[in-house]
Amino acid sequence: MADIVLDKVTKSYPDGTVAVHGIDLEIADGEFIILVGPSGCGKSTTLNMIAGLEDITSGELRIGGQRVNDKAPKDRDIAMVFQSYALYPNMTVRENMAFPLKLAKLDKATINQKVEEAARVLELTDYLDRKPANLSGGQRQRVAMGRAIVRSPKAFLMDEPLSNLDAKLRVQMRTQVSRLQKQLGTTTVYVTHDQTEAMTLGDRVVVMRGGHIQQVGDPQTLYDNPVNLFVAGFIGSPAMNFLPAAVEDSMLRTPLGDLPLGDRMKRTLGAGDAPRQLIVGIRPEHFEDAKLIDEAQRAKGFEFTAPVDLVESMGSDKYVYFTVEGEHAAAADLEDLAADAGGADLPPQDSLVTRLSAESRVRDGADARVWLNLDKIHLFDPRDGKNITLHEGRAAGVAAS
Amino acid sequence: MATATTSAKVKWGFLDAVVVVFALIPVLWIASLSFKTTPTLTDGNFIPRDWTLDNYKLIFQTDQFVRALINSIGIALIATAIAVVLGTMAAYAISRLDFPGKSLLVGVSLLIAMFPQVSLVTPLFNIERNIGLFDTWLGLILPYITFALPLAIYTLSAFFKQIPWDLEKAAKMDGATQGEAFRKVIAPLAAPGVFTTAILVFIFCWNDFLFAISLTSTERSRTVPAALSFFTGASQFEDPTGAISAAAVVITIPIILFVLFFQRRIVAGLTSGAVKG
Ligand SMILES: Nc1ncnc2c1ncn2[C@@H]1O[C@H](COP(=O)(O)OP(=O)(O)OP(=O)(O)O)[C@@H](O)[C@H]1O
Ligand SMILES: [Mg+2]
Repeated sequence: MADIVLDKVTKSYPDGTVAVHGIDLEIADGEFIILVGPSGCGKSTTLNMIAGLEDITSGELRIGGQRVNDKAPKDRDIAMVFQSYALYPNMTVRENMAFPLKLAKLDKATINQKVEEAARVLELTDYLDRKPANLSGGQRQRVAMGRAIVRSPKAFLMDEPLSNLDAKLRVQMRTQVSRLQKQLGTTTVYVTHDQTEAMTLGDRVVVMRGGHIQQVGDPQTLYDNPVNLFVAGFIGSPAMNFLPAAVEDSMLRTPLGDLPLGDRMKRTLGAGDAPRQLIVGIRPEHFEDAKLIDEAQRAKGFEFTAPVDLVESMGSDKYVYFTVEGEHAAAADLEDLAADAGGADLPPQDSLVTRLSAESRVRDGADARVWLNLDKIHLFDPRDGKNITLHEGRAAGVAAS
Repeated sequence: MATATTSAKVKWGFLDAVVVVFALIPVLWIASLSFKTTPTLTDGNFIPRDWTLDNYKLIFQTDQFVRALINSIGIALIATAIAVVLGTMAAYAISRLDFPGKSLLVGVSLLIAMFPQVSLVTPLFNIERNIGLFDTWLGLILPYITFALPLAIYTLSAFFKQIPWDLEKAAKMDGATQGEAFRKVIAPLAAPGVFTTAILVFIFCWNDFLFAISLTSTERSRTVPAALSFFTGASQFEDPTGAISAAAVVITIPIILFVLFFQRRIVAGLTSGAVKG
């Protein structure tokens, strides 16, 4: 057990690609931390540097307070679970799990006992004498886990360990991984490009993009207070709605109508270098059917009428899609998000996704009156993607005074 | 459906039979010749009328053949061992590492494989005579290794490429040194490739006639294919065909043994199950 500290860690490959740009990250002892980001953002590279499979170009990596930059993987005492599982095909499940223990020169009895223990925890006891080729995907995944946990390492590294499983199994294994980690209390660094996995598993989530860390925080913080357009769009499913906005006459002109601005926002936007063009971000659940809003709440929000495109009833609530006329929000961050097919699921540009109460009576094809919560909306500067509604790290909406 | 499969079976069975017969008839003919007595050699019968083991007795009585057999086995085994070891290391490097001059190395080895051996015989003859390698084991082992290496490197790197690199990383994470990772994880998986290559290289060395006849002059290093051409009958005027046939049969036996021995180790699909595929 140990903490892991990355101090300005940089990786440039021989061909000149800089995959990771001076990352600073402190992972506490026993913490479950998730690295998430679109494909090619440097997650695996970061993990491999912690593992010792890739050299660190500059910066320092400390595990348990000790500098380990120049240590071979075997001297770092870390276990890793690979996306491909990387089971030794010529060995049985038992031999696979015993392999790290044999290399550590433990005696036979201890090895046996540890392997059986791990097999019991992972429900693999019946398969101990099978070869990996004769196991299902989920079982192989568990063997890979087993090989990591048998030797009680200082930390676990997992590189998209569930991405080869089908959707249902992935959800099952997700809870199992989570439970196992809690049980063992071992520091874990987990890489995924699936934001749902990131949100549900981690104590803290690190959002990466292009070799830079965008934001580090617990899942709720990332969801509620994204520091920029990229994080806002990446976290959450369905994703946040983005609309173009312009500041005119102390109002925020958007395709939905003119939104009022609070005093603080006015001050911020009044500054000389403040952007004129903005992007509004609104999460689907911050809309509501205007008929269902009580008077006290009505005052805190803004109402508009829009044609309903489609209603999807989920039972507990309704996803209602509206068509919005006018321009589309444009920013480099949004293009990045749209380019990453696997990760964020951005709604199509001219549609607005809202999540309304199940009691809502809106129907396809008809116009509906919708309320939106002004305290919960975000404003982003399209030039650098920064969230300008953040106040002392918390998003405060546009109406705050 | 059932009739379709039956007729397909018949068709394939027939084709297989044609191929087998085509390949085996010359071999059987040689075997049959080796059991015939000298007067009946040319009677054109497939099954010998007059069975005899004299030809076999004869070749093992002559020092010439036994000595050549020892040379053949020794030279082929040594050349195979060296070529396979060097080839394994080279193929591993080619499939795993990115080093400057890699494509040059691959290109050159391909070039060597394509080089007509005949054109090298005269220069090699002169070189070996000058440096004292002519008519020695080493004088044959060296060219054999040279020509077997490209073959070995090509076959082996194909095998290495099939082994997921993650396995090696996993072994390192599990606490293995680079050497242990190779020995305990990669080598066992590469074994079928190594054995296949060993068989191919051994057959290449064993069958060579060109170098064997040109770079040797005495029994000291003459291998069987070359020695066969010097065979005479029991007397100078006797037809040596029977003896040559017997020798030809005898020298196919080590090959068959070699292949059978290694073939059992070539288990297909050894890497399946390593990764989700
Ligand atoms: N050996 C290499 N040589 C050069 N560039 C590399 C090498 N390996 C990775 N890269 C580059 O480094 C960047 C980060 O790669 P990395 O594998 O860390 O991405 P990732 O975040 O794990 O993506 P994914 O989700 O697709 O696995 C990519 O742009 C990639 O092209
Ligand atoms: Mg990756």
